[in-house]
Amino acid sequence: MRRFSWFNATSLTLGFAFLYVPMIILIVYSFNKSKLVTVWAGFSTHWYGELLSNQSMLDAAWVTVKVAVISSSIATVLGTMAAYVIVRAGRFHGRTLFSGMIYAPLVMPEVITGLSLLLLFIGLNVDRGVMTIVLAHTTFSMCYVSVVVSSRLVSFDQSLEEAALDLGCSPLQAFRLVTLPIIAPAVISGWLLAFTLSLDDLVIASFTSGPAATTLPMKIWSSVRLGVSPEINALSTIMIALVTVGVISASLVNKRQAVRQKREEQAAERQS
Amino acid sequence: MALDVFAPWDDPKAKPLIQFKNVTKRFGDFTAIDDLTVDIFEQEFFALLGPSGCGKTTMMRMLAGFETPSEGSILLAGQDMAPVPPNQRAVNMMFQSYALFPHLSVWENIAFGLRRDRMPKDEIATRVEEMLRLTRLEKFARRKPHQISGGQRQRVALARSLAKAPKLLLLDEPLGALDKKLRQETQFELMDIQESTGTTFVIVTHDQEEAMTVASRVAVMDEGKIVQVATPDAIYEAPNSTYVADFIGDVNLITGSVETEGETLRFTWAESQPAIVGASTKTFGKAQNVHFAIRPEKIAISAQKPEDAANAVPGKVLDIAYLGNISTYHVQLAGGQVIKAQTANNRRISRRSFTWEDDVWLSWTDTAGVFLER
Amino acid sequence: MRRFALILVPYLWLLALFLVPFVIVFKISLSDLAMAIPPYTPTLDLAEGWAGLVSFFRELDFENYVWLTEDALYWKAYLSSLQIAVISTVLTLLVGYPIAYGMARAPEEWRPMLLMLVILPFWTSFLIRVYAWMGILAKEGVLNQFLLWTGVISEPLVILNTNLAVYIGIVYTYLPFMILPIYASLERMDESLLEAAEDLGCSRLSAFWLVTAPLSKQGVIAGSFLVFIPTIGEFVIPSLLGGSKTLMIGKVLWDEFFANRDWPVASAVAVILLLILIVPIILFQRNQQKQREAEG
Repeated sequence: MRRFSWFNATSLTLGFAFLYVPMIILIVYSFNKSKLVTVWAGFSTHWYGELLSNQSMLDAAWVTVKVAVISSSIATVLGTMAAYVIVRAGRFHGRTLFSGMIYAPLVMPEVITGLSLLLLFIGLNVDRGVMTIVLAHTTFSMCYVSVVVSSRLVSFDQSLEEAALDLGCSPLQAFRLVTLPIIAPAVISGWLLAFTLSLDDLVIASFTSGPAATTLPMKIWSSVRLGVSPEINALSTIMIALVTVGVISASLVNKRQAVRQKREEQAAERQS
Repeated sequence: MALDVFAPWDDPKAKPLIQFKNVTKRFGDFTAIDDLTVDIFEQEFFALLGPSGCGKTTMMRMLAGFETPSEGSILLAGQDMAPVPPNQRAVNMMFQSYALFPHLSVWENIAFGLRRDRMPKDEIATRVEEMLRLTRLEKFARRKPHQISGGQRQRVALARSLAKAPKLLLLDEPLGALDKKLRQETQFELMDIQESTGTTFVIVTHDQEEAMTVASRVAVMDEGKIVQVATPDAIYEAPNSTYVADFIGDVNLITGSVETEGETLRFTWAESQPAIVGASTKTFGKAQNVHFAIRPEKIAISAQKPEDAANAVPGKVLDIAYLGNISTYHVQLAGGQVIKAQTANNRRISRRSFTWEDDVWLSWTDTAGVFLER
Repeated sequence: MRRFALILVPYLWLLALFLVPFVIVFKISLSDLAMAIPPYTPTLDLAEGWAGLVSFFRELDFENYVWLTEDALYWKAYLSSLQIAVISTVLTLLVGYPIAYGMARAPEEWRPMLLMLVILPFWTSFLIRVYAWMGILAKEGVLNQFLLWTGVISEPLVILNTNLAVYIGIVYTYLPFMILPIYASLERMDESLLEAAEDLGCSRLSAFWLVTAPLSKQGVIAGSFLVFIPTIGEFVIPSLLGGSKTLMIGKVLWDEFFANRDWPVASAVAVILLLILIVPIILFQRNQQKQREAEG
């Protein structure tokens, strides 16, 4: 069995310390009694109470979740379609433009995406609010979904679909009964990615929202521009905790499934 | 009692189930199938044999409906198949990868096609049970594909494609993923199932042994064309070209010129060697560049010149390959030509009669080999 | 027909909400600032027909681009963005490579856990991760308190609101983008190659330089682009951690739009930024393409 070498152990320890210490400090100071974030004045959950009674913060959180759920759901449908087109549709007119438009938003600076969408909405005279943020978020996150789903589709054994056709399915039935259940994990990860991106986004939301809709990142932004605030620390802690629980449980479920599958495969080979 | 031999291809009145009529398939500049015409009859076990890239898989995919011919037509029971989409053809396919649906159990995999036909539930259940019995999978009905072994997966794929009782079953390298021993057992199982269901099977394979074992007729393919279609024994004993002779089994090929002398042919192939004498059903004029093909097991090897042999040439043992059941001798003739001869090792631990550098005689009868023009 | 619909829906969506907005940005960048709603001129009036179209195009010009070259603020901002992006990419590589290397050489049963630890921050809010450093780097922040307490320094260091803080922020937030591709290329490497190199007389270090480093080149290139490209247009990090002297084009664009309300100039800034980005993006795509082909 392999061990960590001295060099590797050091670089990993320092590296992960760099990644995690700032977050740990953030969490620790969210339990600080003092309003001055830099002076430790004893343990308190005061700021969590403050946070939960801050109505404008709760409203912003609700808007954010609403935008994230709607935009990631639309983005998942569109992104899966786009992935299908990229992987399966073969040649068609404008294919290069299409794949360009799928990949470009991944590397586009947010300020440009935000600016251009805002100018579009103004040009069309659309009232800016939740709807325009949803449209903007859907547009960039569908590209991420399509990357995730298409990487799964590339390794998908196409003879499974052919087998379904061969056994009497229409193409749509073949997709619903065979392809979709098999690529479902990738589609779900695509949705989660889109959801997280939408929750996270400050720049594009700032450009495309109107006075009626303020998202949580916009709220955090306007608060932290003025400096460190313990209330934001508390909010950050809650968000970090949610993500951590989510990611860890997802990876545990995945790991357990992989282990079980491997064990069953070995058992099947042994008894034959 | 005369043996009733199954040979509809010799019967001019028999109606073929499948007809390829001048079928050509092109992919861009590449011609996968080149003006191909062949008939396949009901209840046949028809093998398409050839190296990879010879077009055999394309032929099968055209039958299943995943490809359409660029030219020509394919008829199933007299009807043009071109406009029929794959999901409406009375043809089912067993895929090389098996293509078992990983999210469905063995039972659901087999029932999949029946459900698409809106068959009543109890009938589906009866049919699936029947298929499970046929392929001896009753115990595994509730398992998922990853919970069973490779051999069992192969049988599920077979059961699934047979469940809809297709007129024609296509098998794409069905045994390619199995190890050698399991493959041989499964070949016989396949033949039994084909016989008991009476379904027409078309199998694609690159394994000549497999084709010879299972098939009623074998079509040897090369570069989009069928080189020869015949029963396995005819393919082996009477190949129509050096390509077929060389592709199936082991063969010695000698090039020379031939002269007809009444009933016999005289084949001149080297200045220092006597002409090879042979009987041929084909008549040759005085022809150059003819090939003489003879299987190694048709050549006898002896220390003295045999008295009564039609052909005998001296040589020196160059190499010996001991294969257990047989031994192959590589014998070099005076002109430098190397000929392979095989002897069966029918006695246990007998002393080998010949060793390296021994002078030996090779001999064969006048009907042992065939003369080929190409 | 069904295939047609499948292509058409995402295609039209992207055309309408990705490509058309860019055309609009480009068009506005050729317009002039006006005290009106919308705050630029000319606006296309289709009611005037052909004549309106002609006069519309006649009024478009490259004035804003000329302005960008005349005012030193803009080209300094572009240069400084590039400089910050290059420096922080190099720093991220220096920090990320040893971590990726350590992960790839870790015992196999540890690797999924380490991988998860690298990906986890990636799922947490970008804004929060940048914000975390504000409390650490401030004058009375955790870092200064710690260093004063240990006696390493006697005066608090000024880090927040300097370029150094920006570098730290970029390295911190983009580190996973650097680690993951390098880890992927190192993990794929066959370790018997190193044994072969040592067997043929290499020292550990020269085996690293002659075998490991060239084989992880693709990962390093991919990781560097993944850090470099988004860093150029970065807005949040320079705004929160940088100071008044930190010039980055993303921030200039934001201010031009929200503070100065000069939409035509903001659009011109965006167009030029896009032109600057096209080169690294194409290089990156080409590199990815090459890698895919090499893998068959």
